[in-house]
Amino acid sequence: MRRITIWLLSTVAALVLLFSYKTSTMGAGGDTSAIASGSDGSAGSSWTATDDGSGTGSGSSGGSSTGSSGGSSGGSGTATGSVTQTRWGPVQVKITVSGGKITDVTTVQVPDGNRRDQEINDYAVPILRQEALAAQSAQIDTVSGATVTSDGYRESLQSAIDAAHLR
Amino acid sequence: MNLTTEPDRRAWVAQVMGLPVSVHLRGPEVRADAVAERVERVFAELRAMDAVFSTYRPESVLGRLGGALPDPTTADPVVREVVERCEEARARTGGWFDARRLPLPGGGTGFDPSGLVKGWAVERAARHLVDLPGHDLCLNAGGDVLLRTTPGRPAWRVGIEDPARPERMLDVVERAHGAVATSGTARRGAHITDPRTGRPAEAVRSVTVVGPELLWADVYATAAVARGADALDWLATLDGYAALLVDAGGRVRATPNWPGSRLAAQAAG
Repeated sequence: MRRITIWLLSTVAALVLLFSYKTSTMGAGGDTSAIASGSDGSAGSSWTATDDGSGTGSGSSGGSSTGSSGGSSGGSGTATGSVTQTRWGPVQVKITVSGGKITDVTTVQVPDGNRRDQEINDYAVPILRQEALAAQSAQIDTVSGATVTSDGYRESLQSAIDAAHLR
Repeated sequence: MNLTTEPDRRAWVAQVMGLPVSVHLRGPEVRADAVAERVERVFAELRAMDAVFSTYRPESVLGRLGGALPDPTTADPVVREVVERCEEARARTGGWFDARRLPLPGGGTGFDPSGLVKGWAVERAARHLVDLPGHDLCLNAGGDVLLRTTPGRPAWRVGIEDPARPERMLDVVERAHGAVATSGTARRGAHITDPRTGRPAEAVRSVTVVGPELLWADVYATAAVARGADALDWLATLDGYAALLVDAGGRVRATPNWPGSRLAAQAAG
């Protein structure tokens, strides 16, 4: 259990690195994280905008900020974080941003040295993704969509938002 | 009272008219019994309207009519009002919303105002809450949303569901007042009838309309789905209303006045 927690932390560290990159002009391979041990991280970060309105650069040359974490600039695109060396191997994540909000989190690289690692990844990666998406949906008060039937409601985002405020 | 803290927020959910209806209130007295009673009055009124208008209930007023148009001289005032609103909707949509010859749950075709009754009934029932001083309202009836906000409070953030992937949002619009209504094929398949052909409309996957009144936002969204290919041009002519449309091929477009952030660049281009 402890190992899972640490692994998850290191994955989050990769995300944090990613955001540090976006909000400051930190260069590739920054080692601000206590968990990221390596000076390797040479892969750098990249941001690819799909929306011409967001006015971002791309590539790993730094300074391609899309604004602060508020995301009010409404940028859209994908960003791939630096490869972060952890005790268990390299970790790299990719986020998809739409309208300044994270809409997906995927891992590009995870340690896969042995079967145990794979088990942990299978467990931790979906949690990370869910956490990131839940944090985004917390910023929505309600959902407008094609008529939700009573059956479909149970699995809907609206039901999750309602549940958070029922008491 | 500490004005810097976020106002308390509370939600109520009920299944009415075959739909999940959720009421969210923000304000100082959301825990008070008097407020909860007002919310109950909203649900009770929606149940009462369903008992009158449901075409799925053989014992309802509409069920007993079996598709015949109610006689305006003898009909109950609420029924008369809905018939009049349906006529107005037909005129406002150039005939693309037409309640007169729709497929009925029991088979055959006839008068079915269901496409208008939801928005009309929700807007009517919401009066029990809109005059609650110091409180903000976000009422969501099966994906159609009615909003009210006290001056000085933040607007509500309404996520617009991606019809291809309902767990994701196409866009988010911030609205203090008015309505956001979505019609489409995402959840129930092609259930909106093209009044010109009598067949299910399939060219448009989803239309979201934002504007001052829920009844009209909902009617316009439904009419736009029925209309199909040229729906966006028509939606752009509606005074005070803005729209976001996803066609059957997944292409997303918006009217120039669309308030969301995501498509501003694309809508202009």
